[in-house]
Amino acid sequence: MKFSEQWLRTWVNPALSSEQLQKQLTMAGLEIEGVGAVANAFTNVVVGEVLSVTKHPDADKLNVCVVSDGAEQLQVVCGAANVRQGLRIPFAKIGAKLGPDFVIKRAKLRGVESNGMLCSAAELGLAESADGLLELSDTAPVGISIREHLLLDDSMIEVNLTPNRGDCLSIRGLAREVGVLSRTAVTVPTIPPIAATITDRLGVSLQATAGCPRYLGRVIRNINPDVESPLWLQEKLRRCGLRSIDPVVDVTNYVLLELGQPMHAFDYQALNGSIIVRMAREGEQLTLLDGKTVTLTADTLVIADEEQALAMAGVMGGKASAVSARTTDIFLESAFFNPLTIAGRARRLGMHTDAGHRYERGVDYNLPAVAMERATALLLEIVGGQPGPVTVAEAEIKAVAPITLRKSKIAALLGTQLADVDVEEILARLGFELQSKTPAQWVYAVPSWRFDVSLEVDLIEELARVWGYDRLPVTTAPASFGLLAQHEQQIPLRQWRRHLVALGYQEVVSYSFVDPELEAALGGGQAALALSNPISQDMSVMRTNMWSGLITALKHNQNRQQTRLKLFESGLTFVKQGNSLEQTLKVGLLLWGAAKPAQWAAQSTAVDFFDLKGDLESALALPAWLSTVSFEPGSHPALHPGQTALIKQGQIVLGIIGALHPSLQMALDIPGKVYVAEIDFGKARSQALPQTKELSRFPMVRRDLALIIADEVSAAALLQEVQNVSGSELQDCMIFDLYHGQHIEKGKKSLALGLTFQHASRTLADEEINQIIDSCIKALQVKFKAELR
Amino acid sequence: MSFMDALATLTQQALTAINGANTVEVLEQLRVEYLGKKGSLTEQLKSLGALPAEQRPAAGAAINAAKVQVQDAIAVRRDLLEQQEAARQLASERVDVTLPGRSLGLGGLHPVTRTIQRIEDIFTRAGFQTVEGPEVEDDYHNFEALNIPAHHPARAMHDTFYFDATTLLRTHTSTVQVRTMETSKPPIRIICPGRVYRCDSDVTHTPMFHQVEGLLIDERVSFADLKGLIAQFLQAFFEADLQVRFRPSYFPFTEPSAEVDVQCVACGGSGCRVCKQTGWLEIMGCGMVHPKVLAMSNIDPDKYTGLAFGMGVDRLTMLRYNIKDLRMLFENDLRFLRQFH
Repeated sequence: MKFSEQWLRTWVNPALSSEQLQKQLTMAGLEIEGVGAVANAFTNVVVGEVLSVTKHPDADKLNVCVVSDGAEQLQVVCGAANVRQGLRIPFAKIGAKLGPDFVIKRAKLRGVESNGMLCSAAELGLAESADGLLELSDTAPVGISIREHLLLDDSMIEVNLTPNRGDCLSIRGLAREVGVLSRTAVTVPTIPPIAATITDRLGVSLQATAGCPRYLGRVIRNINPDVESPLWLQEKLRRCGLRSIDPVVDVTNYVLLELGQPMHAFDYQALNGSIIVRMAREGEQLTLLDGKTVTLTADTLVIADEEQALAMAGVMGGKASAVSARTTDIFLESAFFNPLTIAGRARRLGMHTDAGHRYERGVDYNLPAVAMERATALLLEIVGGQPGPVTVAEAEIKAVAPITLRKSKIAALLGTQLADVDVEEILARLGFELQSKTPAQWVYAVPSWRFDVSLEVDLIEELARVWGYDRLPVTTAPASFGLLAQHEQQIPLRQWRRHLVALGYQEVVSYSFVDPELEAALGGGQAALALSNPISQDMSVMRTNMWSGLITALKHNQNRQQTRLKLFESGLTFVKQGNSLEQTLKVGLLLWGAAKPAQWAAQSTAVDFFDLKGDLESALALPAWLSTVSFEPGSHPALHPGQTALIKQGQIVLGIIGALHPSLQMALDIPGKVYVAEIDFGKARSQALPQTKELSRFPMVRRDLALIIADEVSAAALLQEVQNVSGSELQDCMIFDLYHGQHIEKGKKSLALGLTFQHASRTLADEEINQIIDSCIKALQVKFKAELR
Repeated sequence: MSFMDALATLTQQALTAINGANTVEVLEQLRVEYLGKKGSLTEQLKSLGALPAEQRPAAGAAINAAKVQVQDAIAVRRDLLEQQEAARQLASERVDVTLPGRSLGLGGLHPVTRTIQRIEDIFTRAGFQTVEGPEVEDDYHNFEALNIPAHHPARAMHDTFYFDATTLLRTHTSTVQVRTMETSKPPIRIICPGRVYRCDSDVTHTPMFHQVEGLLIDERVSFADLKGLIAQFLQAFFEADLQVRFRPSYFPFTEPSAEVDVQCVACGGSGCRVCKQTGWLEIMGCGMVHPKVLAMSNIDPDKYTGLAFGMGVDRLTMLRYNIKDLRMLFENDLRFLRQFH
């Protein structure tokens, strides 16, 4: 909310500078967001009076005026269309400074001497633009400084109010707050009731008393539709961020700003019968003031007449019953609407109004009558007319139950005890009424404007806030000495990250919502969850896999001349499974470009499947031999059919690894092969606790076998068979060579195995080992048609 | 020439030859030549018999002395030659130590991860446990259970991404606090790092960002404890004795609530671009857990009190590492990320 500091100071004027006042508000939770001047920093501009106007002899659009500055009469040339005799205007005298480089000097305009300038609102910084001179009131004292006359040494202060402080959305509310904080008395203007001079009235029927338990209405007839709002009113509105529209609207807005009561004026002649406050009928249509037609739902409160809905209660009036330039009779509304009945209704329709903003936060339910009198008095003063009596329709308004405030609770929550006098003074100034008191506690009634206070803790917050958070003590929370469990068999993600970094991987962080096209290409047919209000199409579905972010990062860096990438990212993936959603912590990896950084002694080779597999084996801490984890040929729509493996532990799939499918790689315009993997971290993180075996004191024996077998036979199958046949003396079996080519038949391969034998309690004899080797060879011949090379 | 003169000449001859030997092999030949079984000094011993008996002891002693002298000279020369040989060998093995080594290349953590780990480290030592939770959440855990009922004006402060009427992307990690309160009994000390989402994208907002929220519930936890914890944390995080101030604010799930400002880390409080000339940085929100929130998660608000706080990890990362543009954090540009290696 924006407000005029001077206006506030007419209500409460503490002995504080503007800066001190702002700081005080900020430190009490009413954060000052910005401060602006209400006018340019001009000098030497006074109230002038145009004494005479004659046509310029040589220019059609210019006039030669004689202007009084209160002391002397000066000739001034003026081009404004609205200049006329008797007009009082801002007069910039010779020497006046209107801007950093704008000083008024004596000048000749088309041969006629001009001694100063008559100013528009825009030239003084009172408006963005202006059409003609700023017309001052006929009673403006000629000769006095414009700054003084228009009270321009004022600030527009913007305060950022949290949603609980609807009570501060007015000068009255802010004044109350400042009064409390600075312990200064607040001057509330007297607002006497205005007696009716006519008997016209409209009946009001409350049909939705939960939503509207209080509705006041008044007819005012025969207002003058041709009057403009006086400058003081326009200025007050402007300094609080509102535009002047017409006197009736301006007055209701003035009351909104001053007292915090939203009001509405209907064109009395446009109403059909009495006023009915009811819930909207489902699907009922209403064209609002801004021209938009909305379809209402049954939970929306409306103000209606006997025929149709006239206004969305507490949000915006309707176009059909709006006050127009020809309106002479009005019906003025001042009501209390229940915040819960108003809240969210405007937002649902994409609307935001000053009235709705206040009603959904809560407007003082004792305010409508006062506001009605205030608005009536102002209207009579500005547009005249005859007021009718005020019609009051009321139901019960449930006040908040009185609150018990325990001293012990204050101490427990704030860590200190406040003195009784401080507690009582703070709450009294805030408007809380002391109902009873014992040595241990107080009972307070909540004022009608505080919708955010209903509990003891709410009162304690008020005390803390007004007392000052910075004055409250600082302590250290009592420590809990319970030791926390450490799960050694669950590798922390942090350790994995570190490991991957040590292997040369760069971590990336990408958005969890991705481009649906890329998602579909990489997702392997998993069902993705779509946002109903995405920020853009390319961020509209939740990722089902980690690759979309990694590929996007690859493209970004490829376009910035990077030639080698090792990336990983950890995070949740989101997969729909029927009606439920699986949110799974995954780690994705990507390799692209050269296997190793360019180095003077190393040959540059492109990454392949086994670079990524080796890194995974390292990160998963897999031993080279006898692992419980297997890599089995697998398939995935986004991956190369011959270079894809499922990583499995028993029947559990821990992840998948493979080369990006060449057609996809081409479609993505990526030069060179891309290898990706994805690990389900929750499943892969389990690691057995090491349980050591005794070491053998007897010598190891190594035997090598070179075999020729069909290409289709997998290394894993071969090793499994060797292990099955060899028994417990086989300690290790490694593949130390793989050969295709000369001397090897097409479709076959040569594999060289290195077998290491050792017995736990004795030295193995040569014959024993020969026997094992022989049975291995036989088994491999039978099972795989293997031949010795 | 007397025997003694001949011996002296022979000895001198040997010494000269030894000192002139340039390789270990030549030296070995000389040893054989003079000291071997048929060596010339050895031969001298054999000629002792030709001398008169009274001269023999003196002559024998002289020969032995000459042999020792020659042996020593050979040993000294051998040491020298071996040292020279070793030095030559070493010299020939010299490499340019300034050439780069072989490595797997540098990897690195994302700066946001780095910051989260740092925050975790600070709190873990005070007995806080790290807890994580789902990012696609329901309305109850994101709003209702945090005292933000439907239509509450505070919902306007959260530009929420929805999937349907009740399913959404969490707007804060307070959801994890709720889930923890539902399933554990006090005392509770947790921090909840993670991704959060709001439907907002401009120079200072990304639709996804990171938070760490913390929760401490115990008997007799007060606002004074909250002030102490937050101030200590900020000083630990920035490794500086910074001033911290607490301003009243409003969050539906805490009361009293506060915004925390820290003395600007860029200018030390004198006013700069980073702190918009105020000298203060708005760095986190905190408060005492609202009794309704405790009660909704079945924790007795009369017995227990709690403090809660939440901070934007991305902003802390930017401040700590002098990152000017928030969007850099999510572009994954290697030229940026490598600066954290």
